[in-house]
Formats: sequence, structure tokens, C-alpha cells
Amino acid sequence: MSILEYNGGAMIAMAGKDCVGIASDNRLGIQLQTVATDFRKVFGLNDKLFVGLAGLASDVQTVHQILKFRQDLYELREEREMTPSVLSNLLSNLLYEKRFGPYFVEPIVAGLTKENKPFLSGMDLIGAPVYTDDFVVSGTCTGNLYGM
Amino acid sequence: MDSVLGVTYKGGVILAADQGNARSILMYQKNLDKITSLSGHTALACSGPHADVVNFSEFIAKNIKLYEFSKDGTVLSTHAQANYCRNELAKALRKGPYQVNNLLGGFDKKAGGSLYFLDYLASLQKVNFGAQGYCGHFCLSIMDRDWKEGLTKDEAVEIIKHCINEIHTRFLIAQPNFIIKNIDANGVEIVSFGEDPASA
Repeated sequence: MSILEYNGGAMIAMAGKDCVGIASDNRLGIQLQTVATDFRKVFGLNDKLFVGLAGLASDVQTVHQILKFRQDLYELREEREMTPSVLSNLLSNLLYEKRFGPYFVEPIVAGLTKENKPFLSGMDLIGAPVYTDDFVVSGTCTGNLYGM
Repeated sequence: MDSVLGVTYKGGVILAADQGNARSILMYQKNLDKITSLSGHTALACSGPHADVVNFSEFIAKNIKLYEFSKDGTVLSTHAQANYCRNELAKALRKGPYQVNNLLGGFDKKAGGSLYFLDYLASLQKVNFGAQGYCGHFCLSIMDRDWKEGLTKDEAVEIIKHCINEIHTRFLIAQPNFIIKNIDANGVEIVSFGEDPASA
């Protein structure tokens, strides 16, 4: 029984020509029991920025709240919208701050840069980022999503 | 071992919980009321160790009352109360967690009857019907089958009674007493109980 597998979830994001797509399942489970089929794990933070959070459902909700809060603060101070690379870095930082008591989420960030070019990143629960130009996956069936 | 059930209907929510208070091989009490009113239009059905159930539900209920007092009588919506509960559980999770699994039911004029599943790890989800504990294994499939949009209060109570019947038939632990409460535009009221919670 792994904490990251307690609630379950599958997440994928992909880049196309001047576009990105992000998808997730909608299941909220407690181990083998399905509690709901409309649980939200992908959050649109603005028109050009989406974050998918896979992992422990409680931390998915907590990290989403923290991210929204940090984004609002940024936009109030900077008077401009947050770009995906900035958010990805912020998320990585906030996860590493909890290095020895982490949030059990493995996020993926998908968005369009200021020049409307695709941006993708994925990270582990302590914020180690990976930047790709094709796709990122996260959650409990990454093997299947990779194509195995 | 507690059984906690909830079913929404058009115009409200029914919450039900067993009335037992037991530990190890001892049954301390058979008339416990595990459904606490949080405000005039919401109630929290709470399952878990008695200490955590009482501490958490009283803490939340009093804080919601405090909000009403300090904000000139402003009433918090069910959605707001559910999120408040979630945040308190999430805050406590990494300090001294409350081991309580809850179903929060409420009635709002705009949203109608709503039910929120809130587990001890602070995962919150709005649902049409729900169960906490082992009873879910017996009852969720009954609710999957019988629940539909636009139920009446009596139909919702019938579903709860089917579920309780199943628990009595098939669940290993004897839970003879259940308390059932209804939340609608008129507030929180007891529909029925196995043994009067007020009896000494």
C-alpha cells in the first residue's frame, strides 16, 4: 500500500503544433472502492496554463489551493499573468520546501508561453522537474501511458 | 466499525448513522447520536474513535457559530462549511490528525440538498449519496441501483432503510440502533432513532 496509490489516478499531457493538451481520469477511489467518478484533478489556472495533480486526493486539493493562492499573490504584485515556466518553478520550489514531509502529489504542467509555444513539465513529489517537448505522464498507470 | 450513510433528494438530504459506542469487546453505549448540527441547515455525520468524533464535530460546530456571531448573522453555505471542515482536517493532518470520516449534508435555497464526502485524510467530494466505513461495501451498490435524480424525501428514507436492512442482514457486527436525520428548508430534524439519544 503506497500513499501515492491510495486514491489512484492517471494523468497525461502532450504538445502539438502551437498547442498543448492535458487529460486525466475522474475517479476518486479509496484503494479498491470507487467513491466518486467526477473528481477534478486538472486545474486551469488561466487561459494558457493547466496543472494536473496526481497522487493523494487530499494533497491534490491542498496543493491546488496553495497554487491558486501563490498565483493570485504573484499577479497582484507583478500585475501580469503567470507563465507556465514560472509556475512550474514555483511548484517545484514549494514541493522541495517540504522535502522531509512532502505533499504526496506528482504534478504535470502544460501551457503556452508568451510566444504561444507549447510548454510541458512534470515533477516528482519533492519537486524534481523534467522538461520535455513531446509529452509527460503521471499517476498510477504511467507504464500503460508510456505504452508498455 | 461505525456505519454512516447519506442520500440526497430533491429538496434536502437524509443522514443516518449507527448509534453504537464500542471498543474492543465492550459496548459502552447504544444510544449515541453521531450526527451533529453545524448550523440551522447543515449537519455532520461523523465516524471514528469517540474522542475524535466529539472533538472534531464540536470544534467545527462552535467555529461556524462564531462566524455567524462575528459576521452579523451571515450564514455560511453548505459548500463553504464543507471546505472549512476540509481545511481544518488538512491542517491537522500533518500535526495531530483527527481520525474521523464524515458525511456533511446541508440544504441551501440555490443548491438544494447537497452531500459532501470527507475522509480522514481531508479528501472532499460532493456526491449524490455516500457511505463511510464497512457499510459502504454493503450499501453503495444498493444506492447505485436505487438512487435517481428528483427523489422525494420518503423515497430517500426508503433507500436508507434498505441499506440499514442489508447491514442488519449481512454485516458481522451487530448494529441494532440507527439514527436517521433529515435536512431540508425547515432545518435539521430527527426522522427516527433506535434508542433515544437523550435517555440517560
